[in-house]
Amino acid sequence: MSDHDTQRRQFLKTSLGAAAVAIAPGMLLFDTAHGKTEADSSKVRWGMLIDTAQCKTGCNDCVTACNKENGLSGGTLPTDSQWMRKIDIKDISSGRETSLPMMCQHCEEPPCVDVCPTGASFKRADGIVLVDRHRCIGCRYCMMACPYKARSFVHEPLHDQKPDVPRGKGTVESCTLCVHRVDKGQQPACAQACPNKAILFGNLNDANSEIAQKLRSVASVQIRADMQLNPGIRYQGL
Amino acid sequence: MKLLVSLLLCLCIPLAWATEANAPKLDIGKGGQCVRDPQWMRKNHMHLLIHQRDEAVRKGIRDEQISLKNCVECHASLKDDSVIAREDSFCAGCHRYEAVKIDCFECHASKRRVALVNKDEK
Amino acid sequence: MADLYALRSKNRLYYVLLAIAGLVVLAGLYAVHMMESHGHIITGMNNQIVWGLPHVFAIFLIVAASGVLNVASIGSVFGKAIYKARAPLASLLSIAMLAGGLTVLMLDLGRPDRIIVAATNFNLTSVFAWNVVLYSGMFSLVIIYLWTMMERRMNPWNKTAGLAVFAWRFILTTGTGLIFAFLTARQAYGSAILPPMFIVLSFAWGLAVFHVVQTVIYAWNEKTLDADILRRKKNLLGVFIIGSLYMVTIYHMTNLYFAHKSAFENFILRDGGVFPDMFWWGYIVIGNLLPLLLIYVPGLGKAKCVMAASLLVVLGALSLLYVFIIGGQAFPLDIFPGFEVKSTFGDGQIASYHPSIYEFLLGIGGLAIAFVITTVGVRVLDFMPHDKPYVAD
Repeated sequence: MSDHDTQRRQFLKTSLGAAAVAIAPGMLLFDTAHGKTEADSSKVRWGMLIDTAQCKTGCNDCVTACNKENGLSGGTLPTDSQWMRKIDIKDISSGRETSLPMMCQHCEEPPCVDVCPTGASFKRADGIVLVDRHRCIGCRYCMMACPYKARSFVHEPLHDQKPDVPRGKGTVESCTLCVHRVDKGQQPACAQACPNKAILFGNLNDANSEIAQKLRSVASVQIRADMQLNPGIRYQGL
Repeated sequence: MKLLVSLLLCLCIPLAWATEANAPKLDIGKGGQCVRDPQWMRKNHMHLLIHQRDEAVRKGIRDEQISLKNCVECHASLKDDSVIAREDSFCAGCHRYEAVKIDCFECHASKRRVALVNKDEK
Repeated sequence: MADLYALRSKNRLYYVLLAIAGLVVLAGLYAVHMMESHGHIITGMNNQIVWGLPHVFAIFLIVAASGVLNVASIGSVFGKAIYKARAPLASLLSIAMLAGGLTVLMLDLGRPDRIIVAATNFNLTSVFAWNVVLYSGMFSLVIIYLWTMMERRMNPWNKTAGLAVFAWRFILTTGTGLIFAFLTARQAYGSAILPPMFIVLSFAWGLAVFHVVQTVIYAWNEKTLDADILRRKKNLLGVFIIGSLYMVTIYHMTNLYFAHKSAFENFILRDGGVFPDMFWWGYIVIGNLLPLLLIYVPGLGKAKCVMAASLLVVLGALSLLYVFIIGGQAFPLDIFPGFEVKSTFGDGQIASYHPSIYEFLLGIGGLAIAFVITTVGVRVLDFMPHDKPYVAD
């Protein structure tokens, strides 16, 4: 009888525990929302300068490295995720041809963050625009809003994701600027992979950084600068 | 009203029976204790994980010790490197017993980064 | 005896109709289940056409749900007796269509299981998030409004509730229009005319749906609509159709005038294959010109003509939304103005969209939900318009 009683108590305890699991996330979220100083500081703004003169038509090394680093299939069907793609552009009036990589431009005023109903799209203090897949409900409004078509929707169940890059069916994803590498002090995979060193990664806010110095000395543009979103990815030679 | 209450009570009977079965024997992988004692972890691991999750995703504060990746690293089975693959896998076994759905591994890797199994075989 | 027999067979017919609608709802749920387990890969939607057929149906239902309340507003706010008699039915239709449309929108999400997140995490800058409030507010307001009409003791509040609903539905349709108006980067959207355009469209679509339902209910109960009432409703529908045609014309004319949008207009109005066909034949001819003929040509404009006109307006509405939503995404986004572009991600190419049976079932399922709510509502509560002997007001 007493044995039965302890078991019953145990059962009640565990069910209470389960109830707590259900409620706790909300309570806890509330706690962390205010709280500690940010680890990624706004003194830093990560960005890239891409030298299109050094970017070869037909070379796909950055895209391949991106796919490998983040565990993307590399498929190019309309339903496959492409965080990074090479675009070949040709000036209609002059005929000048250029090739360049295109991905999330990590805007200072990201439209995807503005439109996201749940706040799943967000910008870290250091300027990296991310999707919090724990909150994303898969409405795809950010894909409609992005002027660069930088985002992909995961159309199928995935398996064997990379431990550092969780991704899953039914949520939207895009270039993370290899945030898991940047937080460890490394370069994004594409910047490292480029054989011509066409992608320069660094802190735009640090006047002494290589990227800031180069931005001061060469002419660079932001894509769709007319929209005044101030992207962190800059292009040289366009 | 009485009818409703008695109906609900009746529904509880199978649950009470179920608890009489023994708690699951789990494959704890490498095991060991790195955060807190097992009883505390059983009750509170989800709070740690959610806390770490929001800090890491939103603020870039990556506390490796209490990260999901680190849990998997130690607790994945030594047989198949997974925390969910089998009935007695570390995460799946207990969650099945408690009937709490785990949403983690639809996106997160359920296997340790460097497979131990293949190494051992080689 | 014969009467009793007729009544019985009618009763049977009612349940058969309800069962059919129920089956369609089930088919929709089956589609959702398939989309849940396989992902959106089994639909025709992709990374270029991110919103597809479900959104066409959902937005039609939501816009019409707001527009149908026009009938109620004319009664409650402007005090016209014949419309007031129809306010309960209009409110029921509004709730039914809103429920159907929202269900479709919600079940098309990538993670519908997480819908609660939309309530617990609220991004104030998102018009989608505003719409969550607008839709749920609309539900409650319309239910309160119905209550003030159907419960005698609440009658004094009827006018207030009517006004609130009147204001709310304008804001709601504005919100729906803003979803597209805020997409500044896309050539097809990002225009301030979209919210008012959606409001005027909602008038026409809502009235058309109302008329279809009213005609069916009258026929079911073997009543005939008073000729005067029919004439007034018919003229109102005509005015709304002309109004919506005007707004759509202005939208395309302004786009044509902007040089950077003219390529898009050429695509949607002339070169885009299925899209110009659907626009000119589906929307302009079937959805506007034919109904206008049916309403205004002398000798026509009888009950049957108005019913046909209303059905055509609904068909036209779906065509227009298809062209607007899917055509708008099919035209490539202009990332490099002045450049020819090509890539593996559809840059510079017209995106293709082949809707699958699943998304169609989901969309139709939404219509069926609206149908079920309406038929059950009409059966269990008194939504039949009760006209007093007609007095011109």
